Amino acid sequence: MSLEEIKLLLTDKFGENVVIGEETTGLQPALVIDPDYIADVCLELRNNPKTYFDFLSCLSGVDYGIEAGRFGVVYHLASIPYQTQLTLKISKTNNRDLEELPSFPSISSVYHAADWHEREAYDMLGIFFEGHPDLRRILLPDDWDGFPLRKDYKTAEYYKGIKID
Amino acid sequence: MDTKNPTYSEALERYARKIAEASTEDMVLNMGPQHPSTHGVLRLELITDGEIVKEVIPHIGYLHRCFEKHAESLTYQQTIPFTDRMDYLASMNNSHIWSMGVERMLGIAQDIPKRIEYIRVLVSELNRIGSHLIAIGTYGIDIGAFTPFLWCFRDREHIMGMLEWVSGSRMLYNYIWIGGLFYDLPVGFEERCRDFVNYFKPKLAELNQLLTDNQIFISRTANVGILPMDVAINYGCSGPMLRGSGLKWDLRRIDGYSVYPELDFEIPIGKGEMGAVGDCWDRYKVRVDEIEQSLKIVEQCLDRLQKELKRTPDFDPRAKLPRKITPKPQDYYVRGEGAKGELGFYFIADPDGRSEIPFRVKSRGPSFSNLSALPAMAKGVMIADLIAIVGSIDFVLGEVDR
Repeated sequence: MSLEEIKLLLTDKFGENVVIGEETTGLQPALVIDPDYIADVCLELRNNPKTYFDFLSCLSGVDYGIEAGRFGVVYHLASIPYQTQLTLKISKTNNRDLEELPSFPSISSVYHAADWHEREAYDMLGIFFEGHPDLRRILLPDDWDGFPLRKDYKTAEYYKGIKID
Repeated sequence: MDTKNPTYSEALERYARKIAEASTEDMVLNMGPQHPSTHGVLRLELITDGEIVKEVIPHIGYLHRCFEKHAESLTYQQTIPFTDRMDYLASMNNSHIWSMGVERMLGIAQDIPKRIEYIRVLVSELNRIGSHLIAIGTYGIDIGAFTPFLWCFRDREHIMGMLEWVSGSRMLYNYIWIGGLFYDLPVGFEERCRDFVNYFKPKLAELNQLLTDNQIFISRTANVGILPMDVAINYGCSGPMLRGSGLKWDLRRIDGYSVYPELDFEIPIGKGEMGAVGDCWDRYKVRVDEIEQSLKIVEQCLDRLQKELKRTPDFDPRAKLPRKITPKPQDYYVRGEGAKGELGFYFIADPDGRSEIPFRVKSRGPSFSNLSALPAMAKGVMIADLIAIVGSIDFVLGEVDR
C-alpha cells in the first residue's frame, strides 16, 4: 500500500485529525500522527489485512533541540506479509522541566518489542510512556540523575560523592 | 532518581515490592552478571519456586558505552570504530550496514564499484561464520559438551587470522569505510580463503556428527524454550531466532541490498525435526545451516573476485571516498542482516546540512530485541533449561547495551 492509501485508511477510520502531516522529501516518507491516537493507529495498522504492519523494527526517542523545544518518537514498522516499511512520527512541545516529562501513549500492548525500546527512550531522553507496564530505567542504574541524550544534558561532576575525572 | 513526581518512580517501587514479596514466598536467585553461561555481563533475576522459574527479570546495561551519545559528537566516518564494538563478534557486518546507510543518504550507493561490494560481502560472510561458530561452540559448553567449543574456536581462529591479514586487527576491524575500503585485499588472500573453505567443509560435517545428532544434546534442547512464530514477530525477534521459529525472513533476500541479489543461497528455517518448531534445537540448527550457506556465498564471491572482478594495479578502494560527508537534511532508517538479526541505524542528519556530525543516531541491535523475548520464553521452565534457552538466543551484550 502506498503512503496515500495508508493515510486514507487512517483518516477513514479515525477522522481527519489523526494524520497531522506528511514528510515526503527524504528517502523514506513518513506520516506525522496525532500523539493521542498513536496506540490506536498502530493497532489498526497491525491488524488490518490490507496493511499487516506486524513487526516493529525500531522505536527512537528524539530530542529536537533546545530551540525547537520538542520531543518526539519515531516508529519504524515493517510488514512481513507485504514486505513494506512505514515510518510514523509523533512529537510534542515540552519545557524541559524534569518534573514534567513529555508524555506519549505506550504501544507496548500492541508490540511487545516496544517494551524495552520505550524503556530505553525513557532512560536516555526522559520521555514518559503512559500505560507502559514497567517503565524503569534499562541501560543506566536506577539512581541515575538526568537523561544523557537530551541536548541540554550536562555531564555530572560527582557520582554519589565521588569526583569524576 | 530523586524526582518529586511520583508517576515517574512508581514502576521502580512496584518492582522493589515484587522482589520483596517474592523473597518471602518464593526464592529470588541472581544469575549473573559474572555467570559463565550468560555470555557476557547479563544479570538475570529469577523468581523461583523450587526448580521452576516463575519469572525472569533481565537487568542489562553493564556494558553500556554510550554509543548513541558518542555518535552525536563524532563524524560519520569516526563512528565506524564504535559500530565495530556493538556486535564485536561480527564487526564487519556492523560497519557494512552503517556505511551502507550513510552512502544511501549521500546518494552515492550506486557508484560503489562492484569489486568493493564483493569484498564487503566476502568479509561480512566470513565474519558471520565466525560469529555462528562462537554461538555453536559456547552453546555446546552451556549444555555440557566441551569438545565442540574447542573445535569451533580452532576453526574460527583461521577466520580471525584471515581478517587480521585483511585489516590489521583481530576483532574490531574498521575495514569497511563509507564509500570504499581501508585497503584492497592482500595478494594471495583469495587462495588462502579457498584453502580455508576446503579445509572447513569436512570439519563442519564432523561438528554435525559430534553435536547436531548427539542424543544427549537433542534431549537437552529439543522441545525446550519453544518460541511460536507470532510471539517471535511481536517481540521483534529477527535473524536465526525468527527463522528458527519457521519464518523465511532474511533481509539479505527481502531488501536485496549490496550484491546479495546476484548471489545464490538459501534461507534455512526451523522445521521442528527433533521436537516442536521454534525450540532451542531449531535455533541451533538454523545457525549450522547458515554457516553452510555463508560458505556458499564466500565461494561465489571468490569466483567473482578471481575472474571478472580481478584485482588491477590501478584499482584504488579509496577512490570513491567522499571528501566531505554531509548528507542533505533528512532522516533515514537503514536495516540489514547482521549476524544476530536485523541491525538497524536511524540517522537524523544535521538540520542545516553543513555538519559532518549526525544530529541523532539510534541503533537497533538485534540482540536487544531478541533478548527481550527471554521472559516470555522462560516462564515456567526448569533452571537448567533456562541455561539452554539463554544460550540458544545467542546475544552479544555489546550490542544489547551499546
